[in-house]
Amino acid sequence: MAIKVVERKPLSLAERTYLPQIIGGLGITMKNMLKPAVTLEYPDERPDIPEGYRGVPTLVKDPKGREKCVSCQLCEFVCPPKAIRITPGGIDESSDEAHVEKAPEEFEINMLRCIYCGYCQEVCPEEAIWLQNIFSLNGLSREELVFKKKKLYELGGTLPDDHFKWDKKKKAEEAGNAH
Amino acid sequence: MDLIQFIWLVTKAVLMISVVMGCSAYAVLMERKVAAAIQWRPGPNRTQIPIFGGLPVIGPILTRLGIFQPAADGLKFLFKEDPLPGHVNRFYYVLAPLVAFIPAMTTMTVMPFGSYVNEAGEVAPLVLANLDIGILFILAVSSLGVYGIVLGGWASNSKFPFLGGIRASAQMISYELAMGMSLLPVFMWFGGSLNLFNIVQGQSELLLGWTVFYQPLSALIFLVALFAETNRLPFDMPESETDLVAGFNTEYGAFKFGLFFVGEYAHIIIGSGVFTLLFLGGWTLPGITLPGGAFWAAVSVLIFFVKVLVLVFFFMWIRWTLPRFRYDQVMKLGWQRLLPLAIANLVFYAIVIALIEQF
Repeated sequence: MAIKVVERKPLSLAERTYLPQIIGGLGITMKNMLKPAVTLEYPDERPDIPEGYRGVPTLVKDPKGREKCVSCQLCEFVCPPKAIRITPGGIDESSDEAHVEKAPEEFEINMLRCIYCGYCQEVCPEEAIWLQNIFSLNGLSREELVFKKKKLYELGGTLPDDHFKWDKKKKAEEAGNAH
Repeated sequence: MDLIQFIWLVTKAVLMISVVMGCSAYAVLMERKVAAAIQWRPGPNRTQIPIFGGLPVIGPILTRLGIFQPAADGLKFLFKEDPLPGHVNRFYYVLAPLVAFIPAMTTMTVMPFGSYVNEAGEVAPLVLANLDIGILFILAVSSLGVYGIVLGGWASNSKFPFLGGIRASAQMISYELAMGMSLLPVFMWFGGSLNLFNIVQGQSELLLGWTVFYQPLSALIFLVALFAETNRLPFDMPESETDLVAGFNTEYGAFKFGLFFVGEYAHIIIGSGVFTLLFLGGWTLPGITLPGGAFWAAVSVLIFFVKVLVLVFFFMWIRWTLPRFRYDQVMKLGWQRLLPLAIANLVFYAIVIALIEQF
């Protein structure tokens, strides 16, 4: 590449005194001083978390309050750092959801191991485990950071459900065309 | 001198010191707030004092403005462990902050800050000591402040403070000359009086009111030299955080650092005060003569205070506008530009004043 020598114009007297430049600079700083602050005052204000953000993994319930997890343990198997541990359990025969057959008796996510990869959410056939918008996490002991089922549901809350898959299944079964 | 007069004098002095100290503390807050505003930040807005901060409506507003921040900063300096590094010259190390701080506090004794009409019907200054050589006293004592910096830099026995101290001394000597030269035309203009009160009164009798309209070049040179003398950006060679860690006060901590810090801001306030008195008409407004009475005396003090405040703001405004000069540029500007300019200015006004007096 050819070298191009840039011609530098000699400075005029006004430029050599710097004064017009200084006054221009003062104008710029004053203009900026009058702009509102853009600081996000963190603990009081929280940033908007974009959709699809991979925060802390949580367990969710459907709008009717049924826990979605059926303890299939796919997430446990897919989890690269082996952070998830599920103790499968049954559902009481007398309950409305008896036809779902299984629910986790205990669901643990070790947040010290979790790498927020989102594989568990991706693999879950029931859309029961979601990485939501919680981005700051702390604890005072190792035990505290092994999240139990109760804590996971507290964090997860309820997410909308378009299908109510298990209700449809039950209806189909009652109509005699179960498969 | 009887006892009552003595007590009255001491009260006045203590009052003056507390006002200037308070102003210095709040100048730090102002600096932080101005810096924050220019950088689109809110600045200090969390510190609270239990009772005042809890007041309804006012409490949160004051907290938001950072009004309690200087108290927190001052207490922090006071209660921090005061380390004495093992490699320093103890005597001079402890002496340096005092040497930097005391001149800043001493200069204000001769600085008039308002006027009132006394029993005899004459306009008299509000001042602790109305010296006839007022400005000489201020220049002489305030330049002693550099000894604190040089001493601190040397006694720290460490390379960065040492470089800071050397730079400080060179810079002070360079700009002191231009500063003194730039002031001479002002004194010639007002009949050779060095008394600050007379100069302010002289300005109020001028057509345009303020000296700055008659001698803009003197004002400019004095202002630039003032920036250099108070070690403010763009002339903060002794401190220059980017190349000298923290400059002369690198080895200082806790209250000793606090003294340097307050001394620096006191210097700025006093410097702004001197500039206001000499060039901006002090406590007078162009074309307005304040009547007598305690209320109008207070108004004159307020006018002076507002002018000083605007100038202090200007110091901070400049700080966030201009980058620091390189050391050789500072020297070049001082010796090759400002000093010849100041001498030319002096000669020019000497001729002009001679011609005016002639005709």
